[in-house]
Amino acid sequence: MLTLLGVVVVVVGFAVRLNPLLVVVLAAFTTGIFAGLSPLEVLAAFGKAFNENRYVTIAYLVLPMVGVLERAGLQERARALIARFRNVSVGPFLVGYLAFRQITSAMGLTSIAGQAQSIRPMVAPMAEGAVEARHGELDPDTRQAVRAQAAATDNIGLFFGEDIFIAIGSILLMVGFLAASGIVMDPIHLSLWAIPTAIAAFVIHGARLILFDRALRRRAA
Amino acid sequence: MIKLSLVYVLAGLVFAAFAVFSATDRANRKRLGNAVFWGLVALSFLAGDRLGDLGNGVLVLGLALIAGFGLLGRGQPATTSPDERRALAERFGDRLFIPALTLPVVVIFGVLVLKPLQFGGQPLLDPKQATLVSLAIAAVAAVAVALVLLRQPPLSPLQEGRRLMDTVGWAALLPQMLAALGAVFALAGVGELIGQLVTDWVPLDTRLAAVAAYCLGMAGFTIIMGNAFAAFPVMTAGIALPILINGFGGNPAVVCSIGMLSGFCGTLMTPLAANFNLVPPALLELPDRYSVIKAQIPTALPLLVVNIGLMYVFAF
Repeated sequence: MLTLLGVVVVVVGFAVRLNPLLVVVLAAFTTGIFAGLSPLEVLAAFGKAFNENRYVTIAYLVLPMVGVLERAGLQERARALIARFRNVSVGPFLVGYLAFRQITSAMGLTSIAGQAQSIRPMVAPMAEGAVEARHGELDPDTRQAVRAQAAATDNIGLFFGEDIFIAIGSILLMVGFLAASGIVMDPIHLSLWAIPTAIAAFVIHGARLILFDRALRRRAA
Repeated sequence: MIKLSLVYVLAGLVFAAFAVFSATDRANRKRLGNAVFWGLVALSFLAGDRLGDLGNGVLVLGLALIAGFGLLGRGQPATTSPDERRALAERFGDRLFIPALTLPVVVIFGVLVLKPLQFGGQPLLDPKQATLVSLAIAAVAAVAVALVLLRQPPLSPLQEGRRLMDTVGWAALLPQMLAALGAVFALAGVGELIGQLVTDWVPLDTRLAAVAAYCLGMAGFTIIMGNAFAAFPVMTAGIALPILINGFGGNPAVVCSIGMLSGFCGTLMTPLAANFNLVPPALLELPDRYSVIKAQIPTALPLLVVNIGLMYVFAF
């Protein structure tokens, strides 16, 4: 039961905004020690798992590309491009990106877009540009809200698209789990039943983006 | 065969370059902290398999201490000014998008064309890691296209990459650290324990209560663990299999699929899903660490309710 204290450490640590890397290490020690491991054993187990999960950090290999394009003016270009289409408002623009992200993820193309390679250099500047084209220079709060909404749209599009693809990790996990429990399942059924939720996600988040757009307009008026 | 180990060497060299450039960055008061931090990451990629478990543990401890004691600063590599960027944007025009679009095109090419290729019975890309290997190849290709097409200085990708890496800072390592924490939790049986608590304390005697308990449990457990994959086996073994599928005769495809997606609603609401929720605010230079989560919660909660309704209607 006391091993659950590790979870408590995580919740409290994040809530009081301690540095998350320290929180994670403290949580690992708390749980490990109450599970009967020595501190050195916890450190070794943690180090082993860290090493096995290095692939998680590979994604930053896109940063040199993103950086060099920013140096050459990509963000400014993205902003100017969207401003040329005066009738493209931020709401429909992000709804379009949401649809693009859901559909391509459903085809298994989850890595063709993402926070580092698309949102920061292109989608967020375009979203900001779309608002600026109508309302002029943005105040910091609005700029941050637009950026956060662009990042959220990428996550929602990815999560509620990828599960429609039959060879994605979560589907394979479910097939494996069900097989181990004696239920043989063709992955296609799991993918198909992801579609209703995907549509609901598109409708809910799409509606929010349109409302967000309207709220910006009201604030500017 | 191109394996992940080769991608690790590439990543190690890139982080090593970040470390070296950091060390010589006189504009950054904390340059030593940055140099050691990215240097440790480089060491992990280049020699992680030779450090031993304890050695890796000490390395992680070093990373956490540097971050925890605020020893990381932000490097300021020489870059173009906003005015210069506007002029460059004017000059290059839409050509600027070509390298950015090279990345997805090469990823698609890697996954669809290179992955099935075989030479002498050996696949060209390690089939299990084809997407990550393709992403690495695409990142290199896109940099090459950018350098040639936009005639940027040869070292600029590494310096600009360092600028962005310092913008993300310690948050960059959080996803990997949390994955490692998940492994320690698994070792200690934390998941089973929570699953048992839920099944012991939550009333599951009606169909709707059981459906709601499973969906909310998936979301809640994902919030605590940061990952729907960790929640799925525990909640499904605890509630879905015995009660929804075997007890009420629910369709396992509907139950599992929508259950997993309820977990994804939890992912949208937790800081523990750091690569989705905490890295983007850092990348976008947002002062509020939780701004992306706050933007997602009003979508995640109604969607969770919709999931409960969908499962209740379609599973039985």
